[in-house]
Amino acid sequence: MLLKLEPRGERSKVMIYATPFIAIALTLFFGAGLFALMGHAPQTALYTFFIKPVSDVYGMSELLVKATPLILCAVGLAIGFRANVWNIGAEGQLIAGAIAGGGMALLFHDSQGLWLLPLMIVTGIAGGMAWAAIPAFLKTRFNANEILTSLMLTYVATLLLSYLVNGPYRDPDGFNFPESRIFHDAATLPILFEGSRVSISAIIALFVVLAAWMLLSRSLIGFQIRVIGMTPSAGSFAGFSAKGIIWFTLLVSGGLAGLAGISEVAGPIGQLLPVISPGYGFTAIIVAFLGRLHPVGILFAGLLMALSYIGGEAVQIDMGMPLAVTGVFQGMLLFFLLSADVLIRYRIRRVAARPVTVKARAE
Amino acid sequence: MIDTTAAILLSMIAAATPLVFAATGELVTEKSGVLNLGVEGMMLLGAVSGFATTVATGSPVLGVVAGALAGIGMSLLFAFLTLTMLANQVASGLALTLFGVGLSALIGQDFVGTPMDALPKLAIPVISDLPLIGPVLFGHDPLVYLSVALVGAVYWFLNHSRGGLVLRAVGENHHAAHAIGYHVIGIRYLAVMFGGAMSGIGGAYLSLAYTPMWIENMTAGRGWIALALVVFATWKPGWVLIGAYLFGGVTIAQLHIQGLGVDIPSQFLSMLPYLATILVLVMISRDSLRIRLNAPACIGKVFHPDS
Repeated sequence: MLLKLEPRGERSKVMIYATPFIAIALTLFFGAGLFALMGHAPQTALYTFFIKPVSDVYGMSELLVKATPLILCAVGLAIGFRANVWNIGAEGQLIAGAIAGGGMALLFHDSQGLWLLPLMIVTGIAGGMAWAAIPAFLKTRFNANEILTSLMLTYVATLLLSYLVNGPYRDPDGFNFPESRIFHDAATLPILFEGSRVSISAIIALFVVLAAWMLLSRSLIGFQIRVIGMTPSAGSFAGFSAKGIIWFTLLVSGGLAGLAGISEVAGPIGQLLPVISPGYGFTAIIVAFLGRLHPVGILFAGLLMALSYIGGEAVQIDMGMPLAVTGVFQGMLLFFLLSADVLIRYRIRRVAARPVTVKARAE
Repeated sequence: MIDTTAAILLSMIAAATPLVFAATGELVTEKSGVLNLGVEGMMLLGAVSGFATTVATGSPVLGVVAGALAGIGMSLLFAFLTLTMLANQVASGLALTLFGVGLSALIGQDFVGTPMDALPKLAIPVISDLPLIGPVLFGHDPLVYLSVALVGAVYWFLNHSRGGLVLRAVGENHHAAHAIGYHVIGIRYLAVMFGGAMSGIGGAYLSLAYTPMWIENMTAGRGWIALALVVFATWKPGWVLIGAYLFGGVTIAQLHIQGLGVDIPSQFLSMLPYLATILVLVMISRDSLRIRLNAPACIGKVFHPDS
């Protein structure tokens, strides 16, 4: 007996929603195995990773803190991925947004104006857009692969931030530590719940999810994105501008990543540091796929992946495991998801092994 | 003067060698019609496995073998996803890199800061002592010669062997190759595994010879630069070698400028290899006809015999 993949006539609606759960189940199963391999009791480890961190109010609030930048980045990436525009440099665009918006906070550090925060947010978005405009320009003008250019620019942004906090952005009273001044109140996002670190950026993220949902399902450009993503040739026959879509999707995803960046430095972090993100821009790629490239799905996927960060910290503190466990879990989840997704377009059929022909032996 | 020149050329070749391995491997993978963006992840796992094995056994040869095997293991994950489960190659390659970053950090946590001797250099009496030519041509570790031989072998295989012809046919038109009776999926599995092995060796070269130690994320984007090199080379092995040595030159020039105490912040100099990659990609890609003529026609496309 053999197993064979047989194409379905249509994409399975059931499987689109079922495969994320299959992938999560498989990740938990193999994750338990990984914990056992590392010499920890799997049940205790899984409990410490997935349940204990969110079993109190503060834990839940931290989930929102970590989910916000993931959701902001992932919504933007998903819009691009739908149109086959592979921006994987969200991490760099996030940093660019923090550099630009945070720069405003430092420039006007002696001002208490109410205009400062909006200015920082707008500059942050513009910074992320500008960073994403480079791959957009190189792709539309010179046909250069956006995957490679956007990724290379992430390394450049990281180095630029390192230069700035070691130089022009460094706190003059900071004993030469590579850190900026701490942003004062007028340059910090208001906190949503007393005693937590959840800022109004969580509300902004929710709004972005709804806006992106409207954009993709109700607007002309959303329609063009979906058509070009499914069949590029149909898009060009219909007269949609492929270059326009590349510009649009990269600017939107860059702007949202920039928004995530400024929200981090004007929120939970409160200043510019050499490292301002534990790889949110990369994890957002997983969030986008796990959320089925749909804004609402991304909302839930973002919360789940936020849990992987908090859980990773929990098993590090409580059980002495390395923080890298988070990355392994995230990678595993994406593997299982991508392989389970085969069920959307193919069904598994059992095929009888070929009948064995027995040759009559010559006596 | 001669000594300085020799030292610069030596370090340039050493910086280029991991790229030669990884890019040549990826070139073969891509020639079969598969785009594996997981090079960075495979290199990292090769680096950590090679280092751990060498520390544990004391044998750098076993270390290199372990690096290759780790790369093959990772590439099999990718092959299973994309060739058997028919998953999207771009997404699967990204997943492989994300997974490799995490897994290598997990495996390598006990090896951070462990000291190790670099791979021994070949020393041929008399010849290795010749001025300039001696050290530059005959003063390397064996892997450098292996990398050059690899490029030659891949060139011969792709252009002058029957197996290479079949591999290219599969990459150009998988349905036609299937119709003639070639096993498209099997051939692609082999090509992906070869790419994995070479990425693994490239990674092991980093942790065993170039900077003999293990640091998290020590590849620092070299896997992605290797991917760009394949485009730069327009899928021709000889150009991979030239491109890799150019990048080795940029990396070393940057280090030497820092050493000279020029008044440019070190971060800007460290950006040079990444900026050079972008520049090179732009220069090659602007001629889209040339890319289309040379790129394997089926690259990145999922193959299913019935569809």
